[in-house]
Amino acid sequence: MDFELNDEQKAMKDATRRFADEVLAPAAQGIDEADETNLELVGQLAELGYLGLTIPEEYDGAGLDTVTYAMCMEELSRGCASTALVVSINLSLIADAILKFGTDEQRQKYLPGLATGEAIGCFVLTEPEAGTDAGAVQTTAVRDGDDYVINGTKCFITNASFAKTFLVFASTDPEAGSKGLSCFIADGGTDGLKVDKRFDKLGIRGADVREVHLEDCRVPAANMLGEEGKGLKIALTVLDGGRIGIAAQAVGIAQAALDEAVKYSAERKQFGRTINKFQATQFKLADMALAVDSARLLYLRAACLKDKGDRFSVESAMAKLAASRAANYVANQAVQIHGGYGYMKEYTVERLFRDARITEIYEGTSEVQKMVISSALLQD
Amino acid sequence: MPLDYLLTEEQLEIRDLCRDIAKKSVLPVAEHYDRSDEFPWEIMEVFAKADLFRIFIPEEYEGLGLGVTELCIATEELSRACSGITLGLAGTALGTEPILVMGNDEQKAEYLPRIANGALAAFSLTEADSGSDAAGIRTKAVKDGDYYVLNGTKQWVTNGGEAEIYTVIVSTNPERGARGLSAFIIEKGTPGFEFGKKEDKMGIRASATRELVFTDCKVPAKNRLGKEGTGFITVMRTFDHTRPGVAAQAVGIAQGAFDWALIYSKERRQFGQPISAFQGIQFKLADMSTKIEAARALTYSVARMVDAGVKDTTRYSAQAKVFASDVAMEVTTDAIQILGGYGYMREFPVEKYFRDAKITQIYEGTNEIQRMIIGRDLIRTAGEEVYFE
Repeated sequence: MDFELNDEQKAMKDATRRFADEVLAPAAQGIDEADETNLELVGQLAELGYLGLTIPEEYDGAGLDTVTYAMCMEELSRGCASTALVVSINLSLIADAILKFGTDEQRQKYLPGLATGEAIGCFVLTEPEAGTDAGAVQTTAVRDGDDYVINGTKCFITNASFAKTFLVFASTDPEAGSKGLSCFIADGGTDGLKVDKRFDKLGIRGADVREVHLEDCRVPAANMLGEEGKGLKIALTVLDGGRIGIAAQAVGIAQAALDEAVKYSAERKQFGRTINKFQATQFKLADMALAVDSARLLYLRAACLKDKGDRFSVESAMAKLAASRAANYVANQAVQIHGGYGYMKEYTVERLFRDARITEIYEGTSEVQKMVISSALLQD
Repeated sequence: MPLDYLLTEEQLEIRDLCRDIAKKSVLPVAEHYDRSDEFPWEIMEVFAKADLFRIFIPEEYEGLGLGVTELCIATEELSRACSGITLGLAGTALGTEPILVMGNDEQKAEYLPRIANGALAAFSLTEADSGSDAAGIRTKAVKDGDYYVLNGTKQWVTNGGEAEIYTVIVSTNPERGARGLSAFIIEKGTPGFEFGKKEDKMGIRASATRELVFTDCKVPAKNRLGKEGTGFITVMRTFDHTRPGVAAQAVGIAQGAFDWALIYSKERRQFGQPISAFQGIQFKLADMSTKIEAARALTYSVARMVDAGVKDTTRYSAQAKVFASDVAMEVTTDAIQILGGYGYMREFPVEKYFRDAKITQIYEGTNEIQRMIIGRDLIRTAGEEVYFE
């Protein structure tokens, strides 16, 4: 058991922290108000190599480990959770899927674009009637010569309007149910791939979340990832890893809220003293710090296991469950410590409170995490 | 509902009337006023026409002479549709309360009939550096003949800028802290009385929250409520009467979010069955509903206590407010969870209930202040009854 980071990990964490403090955090409120992705900042993330952080060097990535990636996700999210989300989807969900399940040709073709940010990824799984029940996907892919023709409607698709690498899940055998699901890589701009309505959200308003329509969208058979019928396995596998990123994102939001609360409680005076002199505030801060730190340890454990090549799905589910709870608990208490000011949009905690709420929902709701954890407990 | 057994015919009628108004008039415009910057005047007219502003006004002043219980019933039902819009009414009741508890006959005769007929009122206590600590109030009123001259800025006034009649807590003797506070009635349009910026809030966005700015504002001495130095007592007595109303608002918010979650859970199918068939969802719904009933029961029992004229209800009013507002936050959080991704989207109103719920833990005394009040009162009265010999 070793709690020490190596020099490279430390250096990345520090550099990312500086970038988050100097560039992302000052922009976050404007991004929330503008209600759109700041593509210039995404460009900076790409330039600095974040979009290729865990992609092997041979594919133009930085080849760093999951621990580094997760810590960077935490730091980036501490600055702006919406902007950080682009990184986690690109790496955890898309690059990881292609690395693990792709052919050599697919890796050569798609990983460099993902790594440099020239062809950012988006994960096209969820449908109006297929959320937690991912196997219920209705979108179909029918073989036609050398192509598959895909038809269906997808919702809550993040990065869709600027992504160029679409990982699309569709059923190649509707009668087989979840075993009939397959996974395809579709290039942005392909005929019949239509990015539509932008969702109006409670928080992470800088994230581009869209409806995607597939209307007779032709994808070459060579673009199938893995085999026919392996779609659900691919989705569940990469979501296991994705949860480490979302757990780290949640910890980042929670840490930002805790920082704001500590700062405010040292400044705000009531009854002749700063409110951090009151035990009720002190104990609240203590509980908040406990929640943040325990969640952080959980995501680091999951990241370590992944780096070692061990199984980590229960650990990542626990990390995501605990971290998303921590984010909501801590952000709520941070607003409370700010009193009326915390309810006003000019204060950072107001946004953090809204942003935190999504972490218990996406990349598997808390209920899904409990399903993963309990089914592992009951398996043997 | 269990509460129905305790309500009178008249109270049930008020509930049904408000439920009807909420469904027909408030619900259809809730989203509009949440997003726009307009004040819901059209709904204030509906409230006035339905005599809702008369509920808390005595009969001799053109009111219905009803109590805290009836106001809570109205507030809960309307907040179930939109608590922001309801604040036009509830904020007016709060602004009126100091006149009811401390006003003399002339003051009552002058202002109460106007409010009964739909003039909005507002209450103003908070300042930038004086939130939980009312003794920190800096706005000053200096006596000058038959007038007081006011200077200072008040903050976060519900109905600020929209109301005609303001009850404002200022200091007439800064050296005496909380005991140097006095309450005044000040009308919109008084020279030297202006409004500052409208706040951009997380929730209750249909409600206007503004600063009141006083610059050498001359207010007639006859507009002082009670004697000089009774401002803090006025505030405490006001809150004793109005905190059950915040609790009722919180119950309404929780109920509205719960209603959505319940319907959604029956309609939404995953794994071949409605999600309401899963125990994970059922138990969540069970807890949500149980908490709402408990909050409602406490709220109305305290409201009845206040109406019965029980002398010291401070602790209980605070308990109702803390409990119900915490329940509102928990229930709205769970309601989003039950709707999953849809709960996070603005096309469903659940995220609005979640944003609205948060304020109930903060205003009319943060829940930390309520716990201070409860704790101090428990310690003060401990040992009054000897139970363990």
